[in-house]
Amino acid sequence: MKPNPLRLPEDRRLARIAGPSSLVIFGVTGDLAFKKLIPAIYDLAAGGLLHPGFSVVGYGRRDWDDEQFRALIKESISAHAREAFSDQVFDTLAGGLRFVEGTFDDDSGFKRLAEVLAELDAERGTAGNHAYYFSIPPSQFPVVTEGLARAGLTKGAHGQWRRVIIEKPFGQDEQSAAELNQTVERVFPAESVFRIDHYLGKETVQNILALRFANSMYEPIWNAHYVDHVQITMAEDIGVGSRAGYYDGIGAARDVIQNHLLQLLALTAMEEPVSLKAEDVRAEKEKVLAAVAPLGHIPTSAARGHYLSGWQGGQHVKGYLEEDGIPQDSRTETYAAIRLEVNNRRWQGAPFYLRAGKRLGRRVTEIAVVFKDAPSHLFPEIKQGQLGQNALVIRVQPDEGVTMRFASKVPGPAMQVRNVTMDFGYGHAFTETSPEAYERLILDVLRGDAPLFPRHREVELSWRILDPVMRYWEEQGQPEGYLPGTWGPASADQLLVRDNRVWRRP
Amino acid sequence: MIIELNDTTSTQIQKRLIQAREEGGAVALGRVLTFLIHTDGAKEEKVIQAANDASREHPMRIVVISEPASDSDTPGLDAEIRLGGDAGASEVVILRPTGQGDNYLAGLVNGLLLPDAPVVTWWPDQCPDCMADTELGQISQRRILDSLEMGSGLHGLESVAKGYRPGDTDLAWSRITGWRTQLAATLDYLDVTRVDSARVAGVPDNPSVMLLAGWLGLTLGHDVSVDATAPMGIGGVHEVVLVTDGGEVRLTREDDHTVELSVPNQPDFSLFLPRRPLASLLAEELRRLAPDTVYGDVLTGGLRWVRRAD
Repeated sequence: MKPNPLRLPEDRRLARIAGPSSLVIFGVTGDLAFKKLIPAIYDLAAGGLLHPGFSVVGYGRRDWDDEQFRALIKESISAHAREAFSDQVFDTLAGGLRFVEGTFDDDSGFKRLAEVLAELDAERGTAGNHAYYFSIPPSQFPVVTEGLARAGLTKGAHGQWRRVIIEKPFGQDEQSAAELNQTVERVFPAESVFRIDHYLGKETVQNILALRFANSMYEPIWNAHYVDHVQITMAEDIGVGSRAGYYDGIGAARDVIQNHLLQLLALTAMEEPVSLKAEDVRAEKEKVLAAVAPLGHIPTSAARGHYLSGWQGGQHVKGYLEEDGIPQDSRTETYAAIRLEVNNRRWQGAPFYLRAGKRLGRRVTEIAVVFKDAPSHLFPEIKQGQLGQNALVIRVQPDEGVTMRFASKVPGPAMQVRNVTMDFGYGHAFTETSPEAYERLILDVLRGDAPLFPRHREVELSWRILDPVMRYWEEQGQPEGYLPGTWGPASADQLLVRDNRVWRRP
Repeated sequence: MIIELNDTTSTQIQKRLIQAREEGGAVALGRVLTFLIHTDGAKEEKVIQAANDASREHPMRIVVISEPASDSDTPGLDAEIRLGGDAGASEVVILRPTGQGDNYLAGLVNGLLLPDAPVVTWWPDQCPDCMADTELGQISQRRILDSLEMGSGLHGLESVAKGYRPGDTDLAWSRITGWRTQLAATLDYLDVTRVDSARVAGVPDNPSVMLLAGWLGLTLGHDVSVDATAPMGIGGVHEVVLVTDGGEVRLTREDDHTVELSVPNQPDFSLFLPRRPLASLLAEELRRLAPDTVYGDVLTGGLRWVRRAD
C-alpha cells in the first residue's frame, strides 16, 4: 500500500475503511444473502466502515426490478441486522442497490451486468473495484467464472481490483478440491480468491490467538507434557431439515470437520507465528496441518452414526432416513468423530479428538484442552476418579467465553476437594454486541486483508487428513444409529474408552 | 437498585457493595476498569448517564466524586450506590463529601478501586492546570478533560498543552476522530502523492477545530490556515480542504448527521457522520488505555502550524 501522510503508525484511533467498490452477489435469492450478507453489509455501513458509494448488485433468475430488490433488502435488514434500522444509513446504501436478471449460462445476463457495473463506476464512483460473491453450488463455479471472463469482468485496468469470494464446501475430497481450485484460479489469481470459513470470523475463534499469545500463563503448559488430550466439539440440536438435498452424500465430516473443526485444531495446536500477517499465520497453520499423522487403523480411530427417530426435548423428531428427500439406503453420516495425532514435539502423546453431529444434546461448539492428573498422594479423590481433570474450555458458541476447571477445598473441617469453575463470558466483560462473523470477513475482502481466509494449500491438507476416512466409510454399510438428543453413537464412546478417556459433556 | 448511605465511610460502602452482590446476585464479574468522575455536581446526572452508556462497551465501576457545595461546613461523607437497572452495565458509587477541604480525595476513593484494573479519571466540567498532578490524576493511567468546556479555543489549548503529560486526553480530540478517519481513508485510495496545502473552516473558539488543523499541520509538515467562518447551526468543524497534486479533497458539514465528500474525478457523496453523544466519545477514550501520543504531539507540536486566516 502506498504511504499516506495522514496515517501515523501510532495513531490507532483511525479505523480502516473499505475504498470505493461494489459487491456482486451470485445466488442473491438464497437464504445466506438475505439472512447474513445483506444485514452484515448494512451493519458495516452503519458503523461508517464502507465507502459512501459502495454498491451491491444482485444477480439472479427472478424478474425483479431495482425497486423490488430494494424493498426485499429493506425487509431483510429490519429483520436481521444487528444495528437498529436508520433511514439515513439505508438511503445511502439504497442508492447503490441494483438487480440484474440473468442465468449463469446466459451471456446476455453477464453483458447487462457489465453495463450495470460500468454505470456504477460512473454514478457511484466504485472506481472499477468489484468483488464477486459466489453464494452458489460449486458445480456452477466454472459456468459463472467463464461467463464473467467472456464479459470482460475478471480483469480490471491498472490500479483496479477484481476479487472472488467462495464458500465451503471446497470440494468433496482432495482431488475435487484441486479441480475446483483450478476452475477458479484459471480466471482469478490466487491472491484474489477469498475462501470464506465464517467460523474464522467469529470473535471467539480470533480470541484463540489472543488467549494463547497475548498471555504468558497458558503457553508454557500448552504441550503434551501437561496436556492429556484436546476435544473439539461442534454439536447441533437440529436435524438436516431443509438442507437435506445438500447434506445427503456430504455428511458431517465433509460438512464441518474438513473446514471448521480442522481450522480450530490448527489454531489450537499451531506454533506462535512471526507476526499476525496473513502469510505468517497461514504458514503456521499449514505446518501443523501437515504434521497431523495419517490415521492408522481407521475402525479404531474414527466413528460415525446417523440419528434415529425419537423424542428430543419434548417433541418427536424424524430420523435421518425419514427426512424429506433422503434415500432409504443413504450411507451419509450425521455424526462423525475422529482421533488425530499431531506429529511434532509439542503434541506427541496428546491426541486431538474431533466430533461433529446433528440432533445431539444441545447446540454447542467448544475446544476443551484437558490437562493431566496431578500426583494423587495428597488427595485420594484424584486416584478414586472423583475429581475430573483440569480443563480449559474455549466456548466458541453460544455463550462465548472461556472456562477453567480446577479443584478447590470444600469448606469444612476435613481436607476434601471438589472441582469448581472459573468463568470468563464475553457477555460480561464486553457487553457491546460483537460484530457478526460476516461483517469482519466482507470488510477484509473489500480491504484486501486476508489473515482469516484459508488458501488452497490448507484446504488440500485438510482433505488429505480426511480422505482415507471417507474412502473407508464408503466401503462400509449404513452408519450406526443414535437417539436424538444424545451425544452420538456408542462407537464414538468406544473411540475414547480405548484410550481410557471419556468425552466431556459440553 | 439505589442504596443511600448517609454519614458513612468508604469501608462501609465497600461492605454494602459486597453484601448487595451476595443478596441480589448483582454480578461484578469481568469489570475491566474503575472510572472516576470528578465533578462540581451541577451536571451529575448527565455525566453519570453518559458513563453508564459507555459501560455497555466497557463494563466498569464508576465512582463519582461530587464537590461539596460552597456553604457545606460539617465534614463527613454521604454516598449513594446504584446497581442493576439503575446502573447500566456498571456499578455506580456516588461520593458526596461535605465540609471544606477536609477530605483527601485519593484517600477517599482508594478503597473503592478495583484490584489490578486500570483507573481512568474524567473531569467533565473543569480543566485542572495539570491533570497528572492532581490527587486523582496521580492514581490514574488515563486522564480525560473536555477543553470545549473552557470555551477559549486556541488560547485554552495552550494552557492544556502546558500541563500535558502522556496519558492525558481531551474529548475535543475524540470529537474529530470521524473527520480524521474519513480524510485518511480518502487519501488511501486516491491517486495522490503529495498534499500541497490544507485549510480548515469552523468556529475558532471550538478546540476541535484547532486540534484538527494542528493534526493536519503535524502530519503534513506545513502551515494549515483556519478560516473562522461557519454557517449558523454548525457548532464545530465546518469544512476541511486538502489541495493535492491530484486535485482538491473537500469535506463539508451539511447538518448534524451528514458531511459532503467531494474528491477529484468522482461524484459527490453524502457521508453519514453524525455528531456524537458524550457516551460514544467516552467509549472511544476507554478503548485504548495506553497514552495517545498522537494527541500529545498535536497538542504540544502540531498547533504551531495553525494560522488564523483573519
